[in-house]
Amino acid sequence: MAARTLFEKVWTAHEVVAETPETPAILYIDLHLAHEVTSPQAFATLAERGLPMRRPDRTLATMDHSTPTRTAQVFGNAPVADDAAAKQVRMLEKNAADFGVELFDMRDSRRGIVHVISPELGATQPGMTIVCGDSHTSTHGAFGALAFGIGSTEVGHVFATQCLLQRKPKTLAINIEGRLAEGVTAKDLILAIIGKIGVSGGTGHVIEYRGSTISALSMDERMTICNMSIEAGARAGMIGPDETTFAYLAGRPRAPSLKDWDAAVARWRSLATDPDAVFDASVDIDAGSLAPMITYGTHPGMVVPIHATIPERADDAVERKALAYMGFHGGEAMLGKPINIVFIGSCTNGRLEDLYAAARILKGRKVAPGVQLLIVPGSQQIKRQAEEAGLAEIFKAAGADWRESGCSMCLGMNGDTAAPGQYVISTSNRNFEGRQGVGARTLLVSPYTAAASAVQGRIADPRGMLQ
Amino acid sequence: MEPIRQIRSTTVVLASTNIDTDQIIPARFLTVTTKLGLGKALFADWRYASDGQPKPDFILNQAAAAGSRILVAGHNFGCGSSREHAPWALVDYGFRAVVSTAIADIFRNNSLKNGLLPIVIDADTHAWLLQHPGAEISIDLETQRLSLPTGASVSFPIEAFARHCLLNGLDELGYLESKRAEIERYEAQCAR
Repeated sequence: MAARTLFEKVWTAHEVVAETPETPAILYIDLHLAHEVTSPQAFATLAERGLPMRRPDRTLATMDHSTPTRTAQVFGNAPVADDAAAKQVRMLEKNAADFGVELFDMRDSRRGIVHVISPELGATQPGMTIVCGDSHTSTHGAFGALAFGIGSTEVGHVFATQCLLQRKPKTLAINIEGRLAEGVTAKDLILAIIGKIGVSGGTGHVIEYRGSTISALSMDERMTICNMSIEAGARAGMIGPDETTFAYLAGRPRAPSLKDWDAAVARWRSLATDPDAVFDASVDIDAGSLAPMITYGTHPGMVVPIHATIPERADDAVERKALAYMGFHGGEAMLGKPINIVFIGSCTNGRLEDLYAAARILKGRKVAPGVQLLIVPGSQQIKRQAEEAGLAEIFKAAGADWRESGCSMCLGMNGDTAAPGQYVISTSNRNFEGRQGVGARTLLVSPYTAAASAVQGRIADPRGMLQ
Repeated sequence: MEPIRQIRSTTVVLASTNIDTDQIIPARFLTVTTKLGLGKALFADWRYASDGQPKPDFILNQAAAAGSRILVAGHNFGCGSSREHAPWALVDYGFRAVVSTAIADIFRNNSLKNGLLPIVIDADTHAWLLQHPGAEISIDLETQRLSLPTGASVSFPIEAFARHCLLNGLDELGYLESKRAEIERYEAQCAR
């Protein structure tokens, strides 16, 4: 058989019907993740047509996007500010019960951001096809799964048939060599990649991240990388499963049991891209020369090393508009700019290692006066782990606001928002206009840079503050 | 769904590149449980001031935009979030086609399922459209051609099966359901 990429192996294994010039492939979906915001219209389609859900056993649901993060609202029966959001949550509870879908509801100890809990449970596994009505489904590609975001109509297709109609995308290899310097993280690496290939550089492609830099990353770090594939326009990003992947999955509740483990690992090993496989395109990145990165504009491709100045592109209308929105000027330094809010969390950087990174900076230090630091764990399990490890105490002693899990200030639809004109240093994934609140200005960074900036009250380089 | 063959309309131009789905409809409007009535939230933060009043300098608040069914937008339209609320809002407002030099993958898929044609054309034709806002153009789905008032016309690609469904008013779920036997066979094979 001809040499194949990881993507091609997973794709072919899930073709119920191969594509033809007239019709797309029918692709079987192993795992479907559902949440409260993009599922109601899809459940309604089933109800309208009198269709059952084909495989509720291949579907997991939780609530994360529109849910509050204040403990009193999650557990204390304090009212949720937004009636519509509360109704959406109740509708997911009803739909999950009606259609027999397993739901991690508001009070479940395993609830959290959908892309955090599925790996944490061991439900995300190498070689799977995974979809969700959320563009950051690309996160799961860190395990060597083919995972991508879909719209609500397609959510309905999967509910009804466990399949999707899909044209086969192209493949893009991103080869990354070199060792990340101290204080430079997976987040800085993916921001640098997006800065290099652009926000539409991956359109039509599935990315495979390859090379010694990627092999050296932990699963939490790999998830940060794959998570932001969509910010480069690629629906999916994948990483070949290896010993790091298997060690992460071993013993997790939904991972294969001990008796099936060896067979599963043997199967997963065979997924790696064959040595002679050919990609449709490739890009090389030198990770060893990277510095902490920060966005200065209104999409993730408008990004510079933290010690750099803002590019001067007065002849570019898009850059002009972005800088006007941000209140910045070409030629200004990023370091030292004042900030209002620091947000540490999201499906990009809300996992336990991200919280350890924040704690490494915040230990024994205080948040600068006038700055709000919001730390939102990616799941309730991570919240408990951070509390048991003493991280939460470090955060609270520093003056941070420590919350229940959820998407929170990554997107302004759950009560956690910034005010017009405020600067938010954020570990999330999108710095679009208004993403964190109408008129709010987002600066995307790593957890190190976010924590360092919280302490200094302005944009700070974390490399001098690691302890 | 209503079959679509041809769209003839004046254009509305939003020349910005990388217009993401958060701009098309901000997240705070996503707490709905139906697809209906989202047109009023279309481009909400560009269209309305903080007091809810329309911003007069935004194109959708100008008389020239009234009744337009074709949006001409900058490169990489619809990037970002997978929210299908974006095409729902565009269709509810009255748009039936988006024309650009590149359209993001998930948005394109979502548009095709809602009777909104995602039309990708060459840079020269696109530049002409940006320079002539309000031009009356026609889009023929059957022949896959976009025609300018100058008499020039260009072809555009569109996925063959989606085109078939749009031309005939079919929805893709019906087709998937008709493949039940193949799906069952696949599941049986995997269970072995």
